[in-house]
Amino acid sequence: MTPGQRRWIFLAAMAGLAAFYLWGLRGLPGFGNYPGPYGDIINSIAVAQTKATGVVSAVNFEYRGFDTVGEEFILFVAATGMAVVLRRLRGERERNPDDPTADWAVPPASDAVRLVALIFTGPVVVMGWFLASHAQTSPSGGFQGGVVLATAFFLIYLSGQTLLFRRVSPVDLTEAVEALGAGGFAAIGVSAVAMGLPYLKNYLPLGSTPGAVSSSGTIALISFFVGLEVAAAFILIVGEMVDQTLLVRQGDR
Amino acid sequence: MTSAHVLAVVTPYTIPAGLMNVLQVTLLLLVAAGATAVVLIRDPVRQVIMLSMYGVLLAVLFLAFQAPDVTLSELTVGAVALPMLLLLALAKVRRRGK
Repeated sequence: MTPGQRRWIFLAAMAGLAAFYLWGLRGLPGFGNYPGPYGDIINSIAVAQTKATGVVSAVNFEYRGFDTVGEEFILFVAATGMAVVLRRLRGERERNPDDPTADWAVPPASDAVRLVALIFTGPVVVMGWFLASHAQTSPSGGFQGGVVLATAFFLIYLSGQTLLFRRVSPVDLTEAVEALGAGGFAAIGVSAVAMGLPYLKNYLPLGSTPGAVSSSGTIALISFFVGLEVAAAFILIVGEMVDQTLLVRQGDR
Repeated sequence: MTSAHVLAVVTPYTIPAGLMNVLQVTLLLLVAAGATAVVLIRDPVRQVIMLSMYGVLLAVLFLAFQAPDVTLSELTVGAVALPMLLLLALAKVRRRGK
């Protein structure tokens, strides 16, 4: 096939795609207009029903809690799969990141990077913890909090402390925390079933004040477990990647 | 039912609608420019840095479209975690290429 023919096929396909796309766009509601009833219904009942002012969290962890279990386990399986694929194979050995004789092409982190990492690590931990524990009150939640929490560990790595990164997040512990987070979420749902209630039914006392940290029953608890699982999963994934940069295959130098 | 009855938390400040429209259009254009830049930059390391900036742009865009939850996720995943994974992969590939 000549490049000319290929271009014609491409242009014909593009024209078809553009036609369908524009046709589809015509059926969309106007910018900023929301036609469906469900969002309005949730907006009007969620706060009174769940005592959570973070309505997005109420949807994620209660009204659509079952979907979130699935999403949680997608991340869990992804991290596990990564750990399996990137395990150390026969004939691979790890190099010492501080070995000055190795052809360590990466220069040490500059003082500026180390200073920024040092300044931010503490506040990032506080921020992550705050987000993961305030899903019920404000726009946040376990996922956001967990990723922010994991970022604190990445800062330690970025400041050049590869060994310290490994010491504060040993693989066994990280895997255990990840399993605890994923299992905790599922267990909250199963415990409701054990009491004869529907799966993931919010059976804990909701509290009386909407927006109080202690309110919203299982929503806050689930958010906490999601935070654990997400933080551990991200640390595990990045940790595996960091280990890969240190691995030397036989035959490589 | 008016929107005032629906909202449980009243925000203490509001941005005039006209200004908000300008902000949203500007951010949409910036995101489009950022995405184009990510595709056009050919050097992988520069591309990853641009991808990180694109993540920040997207995060601000989500904030302007009243989705602060998504902003937080995009900021950490799109601007930090994803570029970091790609940089680590690049470091590994370069080592083997030597």
